[in-house]
Amino acid sequence: MDTIISILTAMLSEAIAPTTAGLAIAVIGLNIHFGYTGLLNFGQAGFMLLGAYGFAITIKSGQPMWLGIFVGLGAAMVFALILGAPTLKLRGDYLAIVTISAAEIIRFTGRLSVLQDFTGGALGIRSANYRGPFVDLSPFSKDPSDQFTLMPINYTDFGGSNAVRVAALLVAAALLVGAIVVFRRGRAALAESGEKRTPTSSRVIISALSLGAFIALFFAIPLSFPQTGNDGWWLRLVGWSLVVICSLLVLLLVRSPWGRLLRGVREDEDAMRSLGKNVFAIKMQALVIGGVLGALGGMIYVLPSTVQPDSLGRQVTFLAFTALLLGGAATIFGPLLGSILFFSLRIGIREAGDAYIPNSIMNSQQADQFAFIVVGVALMLLVIFRPQGILGDKRELRINV
Amino acid sequence: MAPAAWRAGLLSLLLAPMLAVLAGTLLAPAASASVAQTVSVSCLPQPDQQGCIAGTLGGRNDPVEGADLTLVDEAGTEGDTVTTGEDGKFAFTITEPGAYTVRLDEETLSDDFELLGPAEVSVNVNLGANAAAFFEIRPDNFEAGGSSRGERIVQGVANGLKLGLLLALASLGLSLIYGTTGLSNFAHAEQVTLGGVVAYGLVNVGGMNLWLGIVVTVLICGATGYLQDRVLWQPLRRRGLGLTQMVIVTIGMALAAQYAFQYFIGASNQKVVVRDFGTTTIGPITVTNQSWIAMGVSIVMIALVGFVLLRTRIGQATRAVSDNPALAAASGIDVDRIIRLVWTASAALAGLAGVFYALAVSNGIRWDTGMQILLLLFAAVTLGGLGTAFGAFIGSIIIGLIVELASPLGAPGDLKYAVALVILILLLLVRPQGILGKAGRVG
Repeated sequence: MDTIISILTAMLSEAIAPTTAGLAIAVIGLNIHFGYTGLLNFGQAGFMLLGAYGFAITIKSGQPMWLGIFVGLGAAMVFALILGAPTLKLRGDYLAIVTISAAEIIRFTGRLSVLQDFTGGALGIRSANYRGPFVDLSPFSKDPSDQFTLMPINYTDFGGSNAVRVAALLVAAALLVGAIVVFRRGRAALAESGEKRTPTSSRVIISALSLGAFIALFFAIPLSFPQTGNDGWWLRLVGWSLVVICSLLVLLLVRSPWGRLLRGVREDEDAMRSLGKNVFAIKMQALVIGGVLGALGGMIYVLPSTVQPDSLGRQVTFLAFTALLLGGAATIFGPLLGSILFFSLRIGIREAGDAYIPNSIMNSQQADQFAFIVVGVALMLLVIFRPQGILGDKRELRINV
Repeated sequence: MAPAAWRAGLLSLLLAPMLAVLAGTLLAPAASASVAQTVSVSCLPQPDQQGCIAGTLGGRNDPVEGADLTLVDEAGTEGDTVTTGEDGKFAFTITEPGAYTVRLDEETLSDDFELLGPAEVSVNVNLGANAAAFFEIRPDNFEAGGSSRGERIVQGVANGLKLGLLLALASLGLSLIYGTTGLSNFAHAEQVTLGGVVAYGLVNVGGMNLWLGIVVTVLICGATGYLQDRVLWQPLRRRGLGLTQMVIVTIGMALAAQYAFQYFIGASNQKVVVRDFGTTTIGPITVTNQSWIAMGVSIVMIALVGFVLLRTRIGQATRAVSDNPALAAASGIDVDRIIRLVWTASAALAGLAGVFYALAVSNGIRWDTGMQILLLLFAAVTLGGLGTAFGAFIGSIIIGLIVELASPLGAPGDLKYAVALVILILLLLVRPQGILGKAGRVG
């Protein structure tokens, strides 16, 4: 029982980790590229790395934080323009090859020992060099011993036995299942009646059930971190608020006439051209906006640890794709749900492999590699058998380049 | 029993990585056998018990052997002293977190190398974590010393041709698959790695004769291509899965394959053969004997592929499918059979390229060897013109030369791969269809 709870704890803290929030923002950007516009951007990690470098190097050299954010986002914008100019007029796989190459060029350049004074070479820049201004903004206590626990009232106040925790976990699971059932019924009813919006009553029920599940989950597995610090609640609050803001932004964008243009380009470029739309410009706008979101995600991603070029290599792009496809491309909540589920499941697989399979067969390192093998196979199976992911609509995903 | 177990392991690795656990049990003795052959000190961090300070002296291709390093703790007390193995690696195990200094004994550093940075490096390490200690070391003859710029350019041309020929061997298949099915196969580089890994398993672990091992490797790799098309790609084509989706499937496969390789052979460089072949000098060029062989075999194989494509009925049919699959099918060509053949041949060629790359270029195989040349392969194929087999050959030679000539001509050594990619992006601005491609194909 203790092993299961420790695995669940590891999964839950990964699910709310700032790095997961950073990746979720990058996945939201990727959703604009791939989900809505059908652009095959295999260099999202490059956008993240550029954002992180712009942010970290500017602050390290003594400039204010707003300038760092501006430089990071600006760098991503310029990068998108440079990449898009030669490739967006060509067939889609050219964009894929060029973005993946360009992301590698950034990583190679960041590793250069000649640039050690700026980028820190292969070791990267430690967050102590750039997180200062961000930490100073925190309204919470800056004393590392001041911990905050989510939930403040938890199973320890009710005897602290495993039985209480298991009961709370079962309640959380039941509430989640309830939310899913209501959601699916709502979907089915929508498909029958042909209406567009889910009725408010079922939205309220789903929200209430999810909130209940959230409370029960953290009641059973309370997590405590310092209030500020380099990896505390302040960073989590900012990171996840940004995720919500970016999701809302995407919601507004794709419901606008411009969003219809994006989907039009995805479905049939030639038809859009014959309607007199500038397809190149639309694709470029999508590439820039998604890339800027990637850079923003990169900044959140590096705040707890280091800007290390190899930690934002090709793998991260592929993880982002898997998270996007798991949650559902071309949906608003898909990237959010996909990121939280995917990154915590990966940790869960790793921890479970480590805990239950004897070391003679699989040691800790191999358990981590095994988790990646599962990710790769999951990506293949998802694309083949459920391209719409959890939330998506199959009709929306016949993307062809 | 080791080779049998190894082969069983490899098969499951490609067909169903989910079976990895099972194969791991079979493979365990084979893996430990290989560890005994190389001297290397390793350390595994354990949460709350021990942490590791590790590093490598010298580059992957020119590691520093036999240098002494000493660990000094915060109080200045000297701890363990370790000597680097033949792979240049060292590791210290610590049981107390804190700041440590790793001191390199310059006396023990071989005369062929010079130390650029300080001889002491400070690292912070926590329990359950790995910390890296970096020393800036490079071969003494790295620049100026020994050879003139002209000689290095000539040598660079030779190495560039070698790399180009091996890239051509691999990229021919990539280009043929693209031509016949329209698929950009991002897992093609893993086929290259697979060649090296199978050869390592057969020759180094299994003790098979090298040349026989190469032949068997090529056969096994070809079989993986055949099976892939049969089990995966043909059913997907029948289902009408879009090309974009198929590209993502290849990405998933590449990811799974890379970590499966790492699962089995670990994260370090594994040599296919341990013995030294010596070098031969012809004119101003000195390269290892296995490089001469690799170049010779590559030329023969590329010529063979060219001959088959141009002069045989099968080749004609392949070119017809590349041009227009529907028309080819209408004129009585069995398109599925041709595509199956292309997958088999491509995987076999990639496997051959992988063996020779491990023998002649990277001096061993790593789980990410293929991943590192994937972009060079794509650059070569795009440069020559996507889907044209002869374009892939020309593009590969050009990319090989660019990569190997970048350093003698003044680019920083770490950037030699990036230079090739920059040229790819610039070319797309000017002539997106590549050198031999037709303009109509890219719209």
